[in-house]
Amino acid sequence: MTASLAVFFALAALAVIGAVSLIVQKHPIHSALSLIVVMIALAGLYLLLGAEFVAAVQIIVYGGAIMVLFVFVIMLLNAGVEEHTSISKMAGAPGLLLVVALAGFVAATIARSTESVETTLQTGEIASTLGISNMIFKDFVYPFELTSFLILVAVLGATVLAQREKS
Amino acid sequence: MNSFLNANAELVITLVKIVLLLFIVLTVNAYLTWFERKVVAHMQSRWGPHRVGPHGLLQPLADGVKFLFKEDPTPAGVDKLVYYLAPLLALALALTSIALIPFGPEPIRLFGHDIYLGIAPPDLNIGILALFAVTALGVYGVALAGWASNSKYPLLGGLRSSAQMISYELALTMSVVGVLLMAGSFNLKKIIEAQAHHPEWGILGWNVWPQFLGFFCFFIAAVAETNRVPFDLPEAESELVAGFHTEYSSFKFAMFFIAEYTSMITVSCLCSILFFGGWLSPFPASWLFTHYLPSAILILFGLWVIWDGIRYETTFGRIILPGLGAAITALGAVFVLLPNVNEFIQGPFWLLSKIFVFLFVYVWMRGTLPRFRYDQLMAFGWKLLLPLSIVNVIVTSFVILAKMQWWGAK
Repeated sequence: MTASLAVFFALAALAVIGAVSLIVQKHPIHSALSLIVVMIALAGLYLLLGAEFVAAVQIIVYGGAIMVLFVFVIMLLNAGVEEHTSISKMAGAPGLLLVVALAGFVAATIARSTESVETTLQTGEIASTLGISNMIFKDFVYPFELTSFLILVAVLGATVLAQREKS
Repeated sequence: MNSFLNANAELVITLVKIVLLLFIVLTVNAYLTWFERKVVAHMQSRWGPHRVGPHGLLQPLADGVKFLFKEDPTPAGVDKLVYYLAPLLALALALTSIALIPFGPEPIRLFGHDIYLGIAPPDLNIGILALFAVTALGVYGVALAGWASNSKYPLLGGLRSSAQMISYELALTMSVVGVLLMAGSFNLKKIIEAQAHHPEWGILGWNVWPQFLGFFCFFIAAVAETNRVPFDLPEAESELVAGFHTEYSSFKFAMFFIAEYTSMITVSCLCSILFFGGWLSPFPASWLFTHYLPSAILILFGLWVIWDGIRYETTFGRIILPGLGAAITALGAVFVLLPNVNEFIQGPFWLLSKIFVFLFVYVWMRGTLPRFRYDQLMAFGWKLLLPLSIVNVIVTSFVILAKMQWWGAK
């Protein structure tokens, strides 16, 4: 087992544990913290694949900005411990079915793939900052600008919703 | 043993560097508190600490011992896990950010290995981004401490600090974009090298001249990010007792304290690297005699310490201070006598001097400026700093574009 493979498994385990803990935790803040762990573990996985820029941006945007807002809102609303209700049979049966189907699908995809899964450092231009900016601003400039337009609309909508009570 | 050392040289070197840097940073932190108290005291016509050791030089040691031996109660009703996690997180992230700073241009050759000053490899392509990633997480230490304490004042402090850090992080990141555009890289080493494009310009080649707007926004936003005066609303003692760390005592409080001072050092490093040429000398490269400046300053300072020491009031001081001065003078003499060493310390010397100047500015601001009101703080960040930094990005990119189009530069 190479060192990078060991790091991969450690990070993957961390991500999975964080994701499970996110659901199991009773307190919203603990769930938010678990989500941060998942984000950081994912950033580590990106780093392992040589996508340094994506890894750093993942932490800055998701870990540093979005999750801070989550935590901020939870603190502001002073949300308390949630009650865990037993899962209703309606949600339980299809949920279980979905889990099995998804796990089967993923397992089948992995089993069918002939190439070995790359978990080591990818050297190359595609993951570098230059490669990413070339893709965003040359190859996919219209989808990218459309997405930013969509986000702008969402921001305007949020502002309008927040100010509705004043008028 | 020897073969193990050779096989894992990289690992061993990094571990040694980590231990050394930790030791240096923590010592500098301790003496930063002494420096801050002394400078603020003199600004207010007081003496500051002067009872423990000559000129109060042993005060940080006494403070450290006090922190260690104080009772460490855990308040009732706290969220145990998060309550203990918060100071750890704050300290760990603050120390990690220091590890990403390069402290010198040239590697030192020891035992057949090139050893760079600084823990992160010098060719770290995402240097500044990684730093921002680490500092972006720093807000959790404060926010979670405020929340986990299960008390009103810390909660208010934590809320304030998260709001403040989110608001100023935008301006902080945007203000750096101008520098990144000029350097064309995220790598801190390349950013410094880009400022040495015209070796004869010296101080005039630094980023602070074309990027003055960026520096203005960056420094103010960075002070806000570190929760220092005049942006120390999260711990405004007249309103919030001690803000987010009200319920922390003993060493857990010390951890927040060390984290704050460490982020001050990181911000000073970043200011020097991004805008003030990092380890570049302010003089033109052809002025070779300026290479003796570090030794001259050290020797003069050492002689002054000796002169001050022999007239000191206490016997202890009359022994310690001249000894200290002699050591500093000897260090300066070593630099003069060994040309290789003298060349090597040029970079670190200038970087450390710049860091020192910024730390002094921090203390200076604390000694002079009153605290912002909360609405002023928000208006300042969103309505002045953010638009200014965006204007800076737009103007810089247009100027660079114009240079490429009409003058064919680069």
